[in-house]
Amino acid sequence: MQDVAIVGVGMHPFGRWPNENCLEIGAAAVRAALKDAGIEWKDAQFAVGGTYTHWENADGLTRYLGLTGIQFQNVLNNCATGGSMLSAGANLIRCGAFDLGVVVGFDKHERGAFTVPDETYYGKSGLALTIHYFGMKINRYMHLHGISEETLARVAAKNYENGSKNPNAWRTKALSVEEILASPYVAYPLRQYMFCGPDEGGVALVLARADQAHKYTDKPVFLKANQVRTRRYGAFEVNQPTAPIELREGPTQYASRAAFEQAGIGPTDIDIAQLQDTEAGAEVMHMAENGFCKDGEQEALIAAGATKLGGRIPINTDGGCIANGEPVAASGLRQIHESVLQMRGRAGRRQVPKDVKTAYTQVYGAPGVAAVNILTR
Amino acid sequence: MARVPVQKGIFAWPSAEPRLLGGRCKDCGTYNFPFQTGCPACGGTGIENVELASRGTLWTWTTQNYPPPVPPFLGAVGDDFEPYAAGYVELPGQIRVAARLLEHDPEKLEIGMPMELRIVPLAKDAEGNELMTFAFAPAGA
Repeated sequence: MQDVAIVGVGMHPFGRWPNENCLEIGAAAVRAALKDAGIEWKDAQFAVGGTYTHWENADGLTRYLGLTGIQFQNVLNNCATGGSMLSAGANLIRCGAFDLGVVVGFDKHERGAFTVPDETYYGKSGLALTIHYFGMKINRYMHLHGISEETLARVAAKNYENGSKNPNAWRTKALSVEEILASPYVAYPLRQYMFCGPDEGGVALVLARADQAHKYTDKPVFLKANQVRTRRYGAFEVNQPTAPIELREGPTQYASRAAFEQAGIGPTDIDIAQLQDTEAGAEVMHMAENGFCKDGEQEALIAAGATKLGGRIPINTDGGCIANGEPVAASGLRQIHESVLQMRGRAGRRQVPKDVKTAYTQVYGAPGVAAVNILTR
Repeated sequence: MARVPVQKGIFAWPSAEPRLLGGRCKDCGTYNFPFQTGCPACGGTGIENVELASRGTLWTWTTQNYPPPVPPFLGAVGDDFEPYAAGYVELPGQIRVAARLLEHDPEKLEIGMPMELRIVPLAKDAEGNELMTFAFAPAGA
């Protein structure tokens, strides 16, 4: 089986782009990744893409790049689309089918929160809202594990601060803990400035056989682990009319364990992590679900700055979803893009002050899907 | 004009003591709500109809402080919107059910508090019928 390297990354900045259509945003990301790898679109032997907001599938963007006739697989897995696309693309190289290809995710969402088109009593009664899950999950977690509202605000403030150092971010204004705590509740205990919002953007990667990576870059990054999992009965998941009484762990937890096992390293070996932060509570809980601390330890760790750029385990170094917003199909690949920049030492003002040899990424999406990646140099 | 359930088959009503209508897997005993034909725990297809308990405890909750998107929401929006809370109520030995709560003041909601089922008006349909949904209220309130 072939190992997989990431030899090019490209991004169309996240935000609002009224003068560009969805496909143009995706195509710009692909061009940037191709340039980074020093190749042309005609060199790509396959592509995997995802978009929620363009009707003819991600494949549509090929008409902006030159129609070359290659295999193009369209992949959607909600907020876990990025990790799922990377899995699909990496497997094509692992199995020896192809040597070089492109993975791309892009979206152009309308303003406002995501809607869930549930036409049963659940939607009609005002229960089919993803924010309810986020509010309810962290509310119970805080009750059980002694996490404070200040900790939620510190997470958001840290991500806005990182975003203020990231020219590709949407939210580039740093916000203080006090400003965040003064914003109104949206879904108790979560406040307005603790949430990410849907926006527009695209990210692309160039994948190559690891033994050929040096043809394209002198700083390849290797995909050491890539695991995608869905929920089992007993997990507490988003948009569920019922929840089981006997709870089991969720898909992030066993995707994470499988990834560490595949990579042959543990959480203490990770230099930086990008974790799904749809809102501040998610980042807090995902720290524990991914093995970076025990339940409840976040309160002291975050207060001590352990997850800031200069901390022991910097998390969401580019500002995460909170500062970048979430073009759903691009979001997981943004985490990879950021990890690669940090590992190359090319992350500009947000570069962490240590040699980044290992990076970890995790996405979680409805209706209970998680994807985890571990990257090494 | 009449009072009609927002969806048929989800609760037994009118009744002095309304109940949610769920299912129970004959193979593994797992409860579901609303009734569905396959068991989410074991995949069994022998699901029997059951009435769920009307009292339980609040497992977790949150608030909805702005009007949800329409559709699918049928309740009042705009200036008539009234903030509400949503939570999971644990029906002992059965299942936790997501529901509107008839109390939305964070100071008055507490994980573990006893709750009881109510059938409440949600909206009016085009014929002027009052659409009823279920909710849980703090017990005795």
